[in-house]
Amino acid sequence: MAERSFAKEVEHLKIPAGETFRGEGILAITKALLENGVGYVAGYQGSPISHLMDVLADAQDILNDMGVHFEASASEATAAATLAASVHYPIRGAVTFKSTVGTNVASDALANLASGGVIGGALVIVGEDYGEGSSIMQERSHAFAMKSQIWLLDPRPNLPSMVKAVGDGFALSEASNSPVMLQLRIKSCHLLGEFETKENIPPTMTVKDALENPKRDLARVVLPPASFLHEQEKVTKRLPAAIKYIRNHNLNENFGPEQGKIGIICQGGLYNSVIRALQRLGLANMYGDCDVPLHVLNVTYPLVDDDLLAFAKGKDSILVIEEGHPAYIEQNIRAILHKAGALCAVDGKGPFPEAGELTGTVLLDGISTYLHDAASDLMPPVARAPNAPPVLTMPELTATVPARPPSFCIGCPERPIFAATKLVEEELGPHHIASDIGCHLFSINAPFDIGATTMGYGLGPASASAFNDKTAGRRSISFLGDGGFWHNGLTSSIGNAVFNDNDGVIIIVDNYYSAATGGQDILSSRADNASKSTKHPIKKAVEGMGVKWVRQLDRTYDVGKMQSTLKEALETPETGPKVIIASSECMLNKQRREKPLLKKAVAEGKRTTRTRFGVDEDVCSGDHACIRLSGCPSLSLKTLDDPLRDDPVAHIDQNCVGCGNCGEVADAAVLCPSFYQADLIQSPSRLDRLLDKWRQRLITKLQKSRDAKRLVFSGEHS
Amino acid sequence: MNAHAPLPAASNEIIKLAVLAVGGQGGGVLTKWIADLATRGRYAVQMTSVAGVAQRTGATIYYVEMAPKSERLPVFALSPAPGDLDVLIAAELMEAGRAVLRGFVTPDRTTLIASTHRILAVSEKQVPGDGRAEGALVEDEITKAALRSVCFDMETLATDAGSMISASLFGGLARSGALPFDLSLFEEVISASGRGADQSLAAFHAALNYDPATAQTDPTPESAPQADGPETLMQGWAELHSKIDLFPTSTHAMINAGLRKTVDYQDLDFGNAYLKHLGGFANSNPDLLETAAKYIANAMCYDDILRVADLKTRASRHLRLRSEQDIPSGEIVHITEYFHPRAQEVCATLPARLGAWTEANTRAFSLLDRLTNKGHRIRTDGIIGFGLLWCVSALKPFRRKLLRHRYEAAHLDSLLKTAHKAAKTNEPLAIEILKCQRLIKGYSDTHARGHSKFSKVIAALGILETRKDAADWIRLLREAALMDEKGEALDGALATVRSFAT
Repeated sequence: MAERSFAKEVEHLKIPAGETFRGEGILAITKALLENGVGYVAGYQGSPISHLMDVLADAQDILNDMGVHFEASASEATAAATLAASVHYPIRGAVTFKSTVGTNVASDALANLASGGVIGGALVIVGEDYGEGSSIMQERSHAFAMKSQIWLLDPRPNLPSMVKAVGDGFALSEASNSPVMLQLRIKSCHLLGEFETKENIPPTMTVKDALENPKRDLARVVLPPASFLHEQEKVTKRLPAAIKYIRNHNLNENFGPEQGKIGIICQGGLYNSVIRALQRLGLANMYGDCDVPLHVLNVTYPLVDDDLLAFAKGKDSILVIEEGHPAYIEQNIRAILHKAGALCAVDGKGPFPEAGELTGTVLLDGISTYLHDAASDLMPPVARAPNAPPVLTMPELTATVPARPPSFCIGCPERPIFAATKLVEEELGPHHIASDIGCHLFSINAPFDIGATTMGYGLGPASASAFNDKTAGRRSISFLGDGGFWHNGLTSSIGNAVFNDNDGVIIIVDNYYSAATGGQDILSSRADNASKSTKHPIKKAVEGMGVKWVRQLDRTYDVGKMQSTLKEALETPETGPKVIIASSECMLNKQRREKPLLKKAVAEGKRTTRTRFGVDEDVCSGDHACIRLSGCPSLSLKTLDDPLRDDPVAHIDQNCVGCGNCGEVADAAVLCPSFYQADLIQSPSRLDRLLDKWRQRLITKLQKSRDAKRLVFSGEHS
Repeated sequence: MNAHAPLPAASNEIIKLAVLAVGGQGGGVLTKWIADLATRGRYAVQMTSVAGVAQRTGATIYYVEMAPKSERLPVFALSPAPGDLDVLIAAELMEAGRAVLRGFVTPDRTTLIASTHRILAVSEKQVPGDGRAEGALVEDEITKAALRSVCFDMETLATDAGSMISASLFGGLARSGALPFDLSLFEEVISASGRGADQSLAAFHAALNYDPATAQTDPTPESAPQADGPETLMQGWAELHSKIDLFPTSTHAMINAGLRKTVDYQDLDFGNAYLKHLGGFANSNPDLLETAAKYIANAMCYDDILRVADLKTRASRHLRLRSEQDIPSGEIVHITEYFHPRAQEVCATLPARLGAWTEANTRAFSLLDRLTNKGHRIRTDGIIGFGLLWCVSALKPFRRKLLRHRYEAAHLDSLLKTAHKAAKTNEPLAIEILKCQRLIKGYSDTHARGHSKFSKVIAALGILETRKDAADWIRLLREAALMDEKGEALDGALATVRSFAT
């Protein structure tokens, strides 16, 4: 069960032709796939295309009805390999994953796919996780396109253009027998807009048809001598075919006046931001009509020499606006103009910074700098002396506003794992700790400050491989999530550790889902899933790999147990990897699953318990040691109305889900007795009532007898 | 509602609005409402968000652009640019501060709608002292940065209405008049949102009609503590209380609090002892006296097992717990306490001589540790659990004979001596010394760490006491000690102190 349900939205996928579709970018892409006769879709979740996978999963019935096969792949490599179905069969296929991390994983399959080529349209939809909001290293997918000869589409970021790019992509792929990559930026994926629908088209050939009529063409298999022929074919046949298609169908667009002294060339994905900068300079109106000739590359690879030469003709200079480093497009354009002996000057990185996201400010500054130098006569007064917003310097504010990095959610079962690790380190000293990709990577921030490296999905323990010295007095600790485990970790991390007899400790954080990407099911998920096979225990897989020392913890909130198990793993004389599987359900998903059930039970008058935690404010001394071992968003501070107190006390707010971590931590770390657990018994039984009556009667009696012998102060608190 | 003021440049026909929130606050809901509002108001609208990991309690941002609908589609940008925003909505005070720092709020055009409540960042919460950012400063600065602003606590308004902050922020947006839409359109949007629409409307109106004048009625000022109890004790209290009048008026409030705390902690005699200790400062400057009143009370009322048992078994505690946890009257609540006393704490609760012997005897101590050092879950709504704590708290009359009291009395004695010695020549230094009692808090390791920090700071007096600026240095050292858990900042500061001692 994914974090977000698209059950309602997928109904939009059935909208007939000629109507207005309104929705998120990724939903529009899904609709476009159906409108273009896709035969199969696969992918691996990850921001910003997670929701694309969720939409497809929720649309399973619609896809089945149309004869479209969908699967959630085990990894991006699996997804890319799935496109092999378009090698021998004229079936249109699409796969999706986040880039560049996913493309890295997929690159083996992508390179092989691109070598042999395809006859059915093969579309790789990559969510470009670049710039603000990104959680990965900042690189470009462009390099993959160039090295493997995969054509790269970067459409203008509006729904009609993005939807059109899907159709263009399939057609271009078929016309040139090459896979096509459709690049979608973070904000395009999540942008809400509209487009005119077309009819959904069932695939002309389904995977079922192909299975029943198998085909084989030796010339498409990547093995010598065919592989050498593929290399030639790519440049002699497929590239010219692609260029011809791009030209004939005007995939790239021109805006603004036909003639001009200068011009701007930009990636399609940047079009809106470029227009915004021109609007702010008074060189474009609201609808994008601009005073500067603009050539928009909806296809960023390959470039079309003739188009570019035509655009440069008669111009003194052109500005290439390209996001990221290296500036492949600028270099390519320079080469094209140089080869043709064109006199037009090229500007790009220079007015623009070498690297980094092209934000609104960077674009405004870059374009403005260029125009000042190259065409100051073109600039309207507003652009020459723009009404620059007053620059506010607020040093005090800068010093005051705290950073707010993402962290574990309320009640997260991973928090106690890191609390235990911190406690073990306090006892045994610091260790080399290798992190992995997933929510558990939030451990690197306060209050845990745990983890030294992250080397890729499922590669946590693999990244501790070198730290394998039997004579060392300390062992490495590495983390791995359940998502990473099934993606790649089982072989690359666990298998490697077994094979090399690595003594390190491996903690597998199992929260029943691929949680960071939105709670999708994976092999070890405990949920029933109608179309997937779940409930495959990680422990069995680890043991199957040959690990001898395995401990399964079924309640991560037991900090003491977690602590002693980790200590044992670090101290046991046994050699080989020590694997601790720490399992508890992702709280976000658990709440989503249980809240409606609980509500229903309460409504039906069934006996239920609502658990929350609290802090006795008069027992709490305001040292906040509990917060340094928790960081729970619902565990915060409160100022007491007491002149004798200097420091705010700990306080638990109403959002507490009663996971118990704070109480467990206070116990395991021997902090203080301020924490209490309050269980509200809803719809109590008769016995509950009776017991409570007796208890309260006696307790009240004891309290009264004491109060009779002491002074009781009003508004009693100390 | 006000129409949007015409703006100079070409792109200004487009209204640009951003929402900054903390992940999990419902910024997405609010943004969808705004998009829906624009559509109903015949505007073309585009909305974008940055999803991904930031939604896990980090700072998130949503962005909306809109323009009057026409034949052609406007070209909208996908992310906000500094200096180019008409409306900025911040769902938390520091996020509003962040918006200003990012240039999303400028005095030439931005209407700022911000909730002034706080969601503390981990970096603020984890400090051993008070690491909270200064809210008043931020409130002041953000208002200065905006053209117009609608800033008040919209979280409380939403919670009171049983809704989410998205609803009250939407009310704040309507109130600002920054968008060219009628009030009825706002209401239509909420009504169409389905589940919880009534509560959302209530929160919406609460923010729309919020009146700072009526909202800021202070709670009735706390009068002098009212005591209640048996006749003899009441007489004793009255007698004791009247002694406060012997001190300067400006110190009465603090002495009152201290006296009440000590009497509540132990008994009337303890209160008397408190006033006696205080008497040593009676002729000092009132600032020193007031500081002494505060920290002597805190030093006398140390946190021990008896104290915890006493507090956890009081009727007032049950009442507070029920109100904090929203337990309706008549409903049943089970209460589980998380205890983990170590041998040290148990030893300290033994009669002084026995306790001291046990502490010194390794075998006896480790046996005791094995027996006691584990976590206990105690049900204080149950007879056994409550009874156990009640019995422990019944030891209170013997407290002065217990080992812990011996330690704490010695500590207080040394604190007072040190302060008195300093007071002779340097009263500000005496104040700073007394204030170091603040470092000692918590239980077990936390308490030990606090004590060690306290000792380190006081030990620095050896180097500092002859200096004119000794008070400043002690203050600096104390503040450093409160900055981190392990005392790294303190050690750094001490190194500096030692560097000029040579």
